[in-house]
Amino acid sequence: MAEFLAQYVPSWLAYTAVGLVQAALCLVVALASAAVFIWLERKVSARIQDRLGPTRVGGRFGWLQPPADGIKLLCKEDIIPAAADAPLYRIAPYISFCAVFAVFLALPFASGWVALDLNAGAFFVLAVAGLEVFGVILGGYASGSKWSLYGAMRAAAQVISYEIPLALCVVVPVLITGSMNLVEIGDSQKGWFTSWYLFHDPFTFVTFWVYVTCVTASTNRAPFDLPEAESELVAGFLTEYSGWRWVVFFMAEYAAMFVVSGFGAVLFLGGWNGPIPLASLLGLTPENHAILGWLGNLLGMANFITKAVLGVVFMIWLRWTLPRLRIDQVMTTCLKYCVPIASAMLAGVMIWTYLFPKGVIDGVRHSAPVVQQASAQPQSGDHR
Amino acid sequence: MSTERMQPETVEFDVRTDEMLINMGPQHPSTHGVLRLVLRTDGEVVNEVTPHIGYLHRCAEKIGENLTPRQFLPYTDRLDYLAGISMNLGWALTVEKLLGHKVSEKTRHLRVIVAELSRIASHLVAAGCYGLDLGSFTPFMWTFREREKILDLYEDLCGARLTCSYITVGGVTADVPDGWLKKCEEFLTQFEPVIDDLHALLTNNAIFIQRTAGIGVMSKATALDYGCTGPVLRGSGVDWDLRRDGEPIYTEMYDGYTWRVIAAPEGKYPDDHPYPPVPPETILGDSWHRYFVRMLEVVQSMDLVRQGIEKYSMAAGDVDEPIPLKKKLPKGEAYLETEAPKGQMGFGIVSDGSPVPWRVRVKSSSFCNLSVTPELCQGVLVADIPAIIGSLDLVLGEIDR
Repeated sequence: MAEFLAQYVPSWLAYTAVGLVQAALCLVVALASAAVFIWLERKVSARIQDRLGPTRVGGRFGWLQPPADGIKLLCKEDIIPAAADAPLYRIAPYISFCAVFAVFLALPFASGWVALDLNAGAFFVLAVAGLEVFGVILGGYASGSKWSLYGAMRAAAQVISYEIPLALCVVVPVLITGSMNLVEIGDSQKGWFTSWYLFHDPFTFVTFWVYVTCVTASTNRAPFDLPEAESELVAGFLTEYSGWRWVVFFMAEYAAMFVVSGFGAVLFLGGWNGPIPLASLLGLTPENHAILGWLGNLLGMANFITKAVLGVVFMIWLRWTLPRLRIDQVMTTCLKYCVPIASAMLAGVMIWTYLFPKGVIDGVRHSAPVVQQASAQPQSGDHR
Repeated sequence: MSTERMQPETVEFDVRTDEMLINMGPQHPSTHGVLRLVLRTDGEVVNEVTPHIGYLHRCAEKIGENLTPRQFLPYTDRLDYLAGISMNLGWALTVEKLLGHKVSEKTRHLRVIVAELSRIASHLVAAGCYGLDLGSFTPFMWTFREREKILDLYEDLCGARLTCSYITVGGVTADVPDGWLKKCEEFLTQFEPVIDDLHALLTNNAIFIQRTAGIGVMSKATALDYGCTGPVLRGSGVDWDLRRDGEPIYTEMYDGYTWRVIAAPEGKYPDDHPYPPVPPETILGDSWHRYFVRMLEVVQSMDLVRQGIEKYSMAAGDVDEPIPLKKKLPKGEAYLETEAPKGQMGFGIVSDGSPVPWRVRVKSSSFCNLSVTPELCQGVLVADIPAIIGSLDLVLGEIDR
């Protein structure tokens, strides 16, 4: 795209324009996903609790409730506590949101459909997603409230500790693929659902659940929602926030849920590859025709978004079922269970991939006759 | 685990830290109303807790000295507003003790039915809010859903849902409406399986057990020293319930009922309930036991309500009318404690012979149960404070009477 434009305008302008368009697209996705998940959380929690949830705004299902809430909160008085460190207090929510939003840039929605095709995508996602906690710490510190400070200190301890097992989990698919590029990681899980890394070997299966635990903790979702534990810390780091800044923190939280679910889908659940390789069965591959390939990618994107949304629903379900852990139990879970298990799984996967370079299921994968027949072009076979 | 956390220095090692004074409440989501706790904390470790009360003081006792007993009755609803009918019962029996009044069989059974229903409602709120204190929202909604049905029954019975003033001095305000007892039975039938859901959601939950087992352990001696009563006392293994051990005027209300006090003096509950076994991590007298005693009492109260319905239907005659509004009280005094859902609720009345009492005194169970918090909350973590306070099931309306 940028190269195409660069034929007509100066190249710096072309790259800037394309970059802005892609960023705007990602922003729309980030905001839309946050709005949808806020609505989803309200509806799912309502169903769990024998309630109806929003029913009025925007027709039967109350689907316009998040924008209505947003407008209401925008109209609220802008309160900055007297004891607050005003500049830091103002900027903190945007740091959180920007960090989450930046991850969207590297998140592939389908094969090749990614704003920033980084060859170290997995690393980028880990690094940038970890920045979200800076906004939380800053906001908690700058609020000038003791409860907020508690929330901030908890967030610092918890999120930074959970980065370690999280990184160990992310290394596992990277190790199997031999690449940090998220598009390559996703593409290497092509085929039937058996080729997803979740089913690659017993170690990856366990790793996936460690990953789920770690991302639940690092997005501050129940049962690890200690930084904003409402029954202990009033609202933790959010205590003094209201109006628009609170909305931004809130959106960052929900967008982060989508990011980690999507990231997990790419790493372990085949990304845009559905359980059945529908696109290649129907011949929707770029080898057949560019438009067919585009349609296949569209199908892939639907797959990816479905998986990410299911991941978010799982997190919502957890939140409305489980009580909250105590801070020492959270740290114990991380340091005594998640880190050793993740390390052991990493070692296990290393040995497994050494013993079975193509994986045990890999043999089945390549002998699956349906896939072979359906694809018009002969498969290259080895995608590593 | 808990012994390690008793010593802040084992947590902090050689790092010098400052202590921080922090106000928990009176506007705090988990202080059950307007309780204010001043915490002296060192990081996440709480070294000292000082409860401050008085934010809900409404001079209930003084009001009682300016009204006749029947006029004061609606004010008793506002003491423990989660179990208003139990408060009515306590006051009514106290005045009846002064008057030497004895109610009919039918009235007695009706009182048992509504009082035990209010115990169920109160314990449901306690269990639900306890879930909320530990960060689990759903049990709260589920228990409140069931409590709503009890409130609906109250509404059918007397028109009010929360502050019923149904049991009055000398009897009850009115007999039950047609079909009410059937509705009551229907409620119990549909409520029974819900208890299993609550046990699945909280009692059996691994995180819930981790958060409550061994937290806020109160020994038998401590519980007795501080004058703790009700489920808090029985949670420490003391076999004491005023429905069995109280004064005759109260215990004869339960004559002919088969039931037994829910307590585990030897650390073992009677096995005749179909609910989960006691997890090995728990210690008798910890938060988990206080919670569990309430859950078992809910089942027991259901049984008492069923017995009450049967006995009420068999009893001959009518229910008693209340005493005249401005009936002269005999000179003298009376004091009576009854087993309210939260503990022993005591009412005292001194009369100089006029229709208006000379002195009214309310002794609340939550007050004594709250007084033990500084003892229980030493060296715990901040997150344990709601876990301990919630397990005591305080209601500020009766502390600041």
